[in-house]
Amino acid sequence: MRKVTTENYSKSKRLKNQIKAVVTNPYNLIVLVAIILLAYLILLPLLDMITTSFTLSAKDARRIHGDVGQFTLYYWQRLLASNLSKSLLYIPLRNSLLIACCVSFFAILLGSVLAWLMVRTDLPFKGFFSTAVIIPYMIPSWCKSQAWITMFKNERIGGAMGFVQGVTGWAPPDWLAYGPIAIVIVLTLHYYAYAYLLVSAALNSINSELEEMGGVLGAGKATILRRITFPLVLPAMLSAVILTFSKSIGTFGVINFLGSKVNFSTLSSMLYSNSKSQNTQMAFAMAIIMIAIASITVFVNQQLIGKRKSYATIGGKGGRSTPISLGKHKPIITGILLIFFAVGVIMPLVILVAETFMLQEGNWSLSNMTLYYWIGDGSKKDIMEGLPGIFRNPSFLNALKNSLVLTFTTAIFGTIFGQTAGYICAKGRGKVHGGIVEQLVFIPYLVPSIAFGAIYLSMFSVSHGPIPSLYGTFALVVLVSVVKHLPFASRSGTSNMLQISGELEEAATIEGAGFFKRFISIVFPLAKGGFISGFMLIFVSIMKELDLIILIITPKTATLPYLAFQYQNGNSTQASNAVAVVMFSIVFLVYALANIFGDADLAKSMGG
Amino acid sequence: MSKIELKHIDKYYGKNHILKDINLTIEDGDFMTLLGPSGCGKTTTLRVVSGLEKPQNGFIYMNGKEIVNAAEAHFEPPAARGLNLVFQSYALWPHMTVYENVAFGLKIKKTPKDEIDRRVASALDRMQIGQYAQRYPTELSGGQQQRVAIARAIVSEPSLLLFDEPLSNLDAKLRVDMRSELKRLHKETGSTIIYVTHDQIEALTMSTKIAIFFEGVLVQVAPPLELYNNPADLRVADFIGNPRINFIDGKGKLDGKDLVVKTVDGETFRFASENLVEGFRPSGEFDAVIGVRPEQVTIHRTRKHDTDVAAKVYTVMPAGSETIVDVMVGKTRITIKELGITHYEHDDIVYLELNPQKMNVFDKASKKLVKYAVVD
Repeated sequence: MRKVTTENYSKSKRLKNQIKAVVTNPYNLIVLVAIILLAYLILLPLLDMITTSFTLSAKDARRIHGDVGQFTLYYWQRLLASNLSKSLLYIPLRNSLLIACCVSFFAILLGSVLAWLMVRTDLPFKGFFSTAVIIPYMIPSWCKSQAWITMFKNERIGGAMGFVQGVTGWAPPDWLAYGPIAIVIVLTLHYYAYAYLLVSAALNSINSELEEMGGVLGAGKATILRRITFPLVLPAMLSAVILTFSKSIGTFGVINFLGSKVNFSTLSSMLYSNSKSQNTQMAFAMAIIMIAIASITVFVNQQLIGKRKSYATIGGKGGRSTPISLGKHKPIITGILLIFFAVGVIMPLVILVAETFMLQEGNWSLSNMTLYYWIGDGSKKDIMEGLPGIFRNPSFLNALKNSLVLTFTTAIFGTIFGQTAGYICAKGRGKVHGGIVEQLVFIPYLVPSIAFGAIYLSMFSVSHGPIPSLYGTFALVVLVSVVKHLPFASRSGTSNMLQISGELEEAATIEGAGFFKRFISIVFPLAKGGFISGFMLIFVSIMKELDLIILIITPKTATLPYLAFQYQNGNSTQASNAVAVVMFSIVFLVYALANIFGDADLAKSMGG
Repeated sequence: MSKIELKHIDKYYGKNHILKDINLTIEDGDFMTLLGPSGCGKTTTLRVVSGLEKPQNGFIYMNGKEIVNAAEAHFEPPAARGLNLVFQSYALWPHMTVYENVAFGLKIKKTPKDEIDRRVASALDRMQIGQYAQRYPTELSGGQQQRVAIARAIVSEPSLLLFDEPLSNLDAKLRVDMRSELKRLHKETGSTIIYVTHDQIEALTMSTKIAIFFEGVLVQVAPPLELYNNPADLRVADFIGNPRINFIDGKGKLDGKDLVVKTVDGETFRFASENLVEGFRPSGEFDAVIGVRPEQVTIHRTRKHDTDVAAKVYTVMPAGSETIVDVMVGKTRITIKELGITHYEHDDIVYLELNPQKMNVFDKASKKLVKYAVVD
């Protein structure tokens, strides 16, 4: 009999075996590379941003008689406690919070009510409504603000009549056409889709027997809704609140379109203008404040939800679902919804499209209709300074090409990184490396888009070790887009990978399949659907992205949203609208393809 | 042809001590069943043997060759251990046909194509699913999927086959059919089998040996009938057997060399010294528990022997081939299994014939068996 004790082993053999086990397993290498990359692309920029906000720049060194690069509290003092603070920080901050709170409240209210009607009641035309309800989600928010302006602008500020004034002769007042009310309405009509998707997913997972049990015990419909249904979907609603809140804080396009003309500024628009005018340090200090707000929101949300996160799954799926009868209110509710979609969704789109055919803005007569902005030859020197219609315009064609290249490259890289990170998160559940990757990929979620762009702009404008200066390059736009979309890409990757039972891989291990063989023969074929839908979702999200890349883009690398933004700012509304129409035609097309060929799940695509 | 030795195996998940110093030898050709309630560590033991889990302590030898040496961090990869595993969920790859599923391992080993075809066909035929070779797993019933999983495991003719609760997802009738097929598979292939289950009927009917686990501790290893007749302690006795064993509390002490137990209900039983566990020397009186299997009690409507115990019928549950009768002796309820259909009314007075030879006695304090049952 062999003598077995724990003493008679060789320490060197143990070490050798341990090292061999780590090094020969490609999974470990992939995890290592992923962690290093994530730290470099996410942690480093954050640290860089914090230190920059405490470092004196050359521009200000002369003014306050300091040395370039020395530690300074100048920027923070200027931002937080100087006579400029009010206009630099406090008023924009108040505006940001006001907008975010109002939008969160109304968007969650609207989205939840719609979700409840759609999932739990006997509402008619559900097929139509369920499509209509997510259309706003596919149209970028800045497109909606363009539509809003087209509807409500007046001659005083807008320069030309909007649809309302053109048709009725009544000039909408400034407070309706521009400013906070317009912003809140437009953002609400955009972000309610999040609440709708999250809450309807939660409602779908509730077994209606839970509600019926309430009925058996004698509770009325209102009591059931208040005491049973509502608490069960509360966690989903709170998630929607933080998503909406942090997105509204970071939004810039809408603020610029609807706020700039009445001097309504928020943190994001202040950040933009400071960054544009090379006040990088100030911009970063603002970005830090925005990140802090987003982090606090997430923290509060986690405290509030706590263990209740898993509520929705307790009832389990597959339970019967008996719709609740709307009774005599059915026609009224249906009517209200139809009007809502007609006015809130369809009409702005129609008007937006219609305006691209109007030679002169605000002139709604038939003789004013033209295809000039689409295919004009540039012969009219008084229109757009003699620029031809967009299909003959090299800068449009360049932007179209850029947009397509950007979306394809970003979607490919984003999907690969996202799914890989998701694989690590799924396999590393409950382990240290899984936790690290999960935390790292979540960070970009906390950084508002515009701030994210600002950080990357400053960090990669200079060469960093082996990486050359990326300023003005397409690579930088791709990089920032990929990293910013990692939280969503990796979340969809995680849920994709979690669906593949670990035993399927283990069965292949037993048969002698190594890591790569397993990945190619087992994991990838099974995850293919998720790869494709992940790809489509990033594609769509990048196609309409403006806030994130607005600071980074140069004329050479301009994309469609950026071109629309420029045209709008240059008072070429029709051309801007035409660009927007092209862009969301592509979005619709890709979406339709994704729905036909893949099982693209909107709820996973919170990339926005 | 495999002999497996596990020595001092410890496995932790984080701070949870899942396997506690497991020592188990599985002889070549054994059908060893790892049995125990859920969470007892039996599946973990199987996964440690397979190489899917690495224990923190201990050694595993396969035919004398070291395949695990935790102290030196030496873990032979699963594929190098010459074994195969049937998962509880079957783990069939849904994107591959039955043929591709079964052929996967052979392809990895770069087996020639015609050899693969021959061996896959033979494995599928053995499991009687040859006609489904080109179907996908989702197009098969649960029982058929199970057969594919087994075919995939045996196609490489492993010397050691591992089964992780393979029958738990089948319906009751299929389960009984598969049991006899697995037993036959074991005879035909001659491979060593380690089989995990929480179903004691599976364990008792199929195995050559059973290892019973509780809370990460290996409590007893014995052939099925020995485990049934002489469980090592109270927990094992309670776990094995359906209907459950009857326990009767009492006070025991040695009378000469014999053991005498007086039950709480006043009956006295005398147990011959030759059936006592070696080295059992209680000092004075101790708390004892008598264990008696339901089928070892005979019911009479009238008193046949002086030693018969009077009892009152509590419930009668006829099940066709047998009848389960619960009776009360004083405050103790005794379950009796009678063959065929018998009729009693509630509260009938009956007489129980109890044979001390066929009873177990346990020490209540240590929970250990102190007196063997001798069953013919």
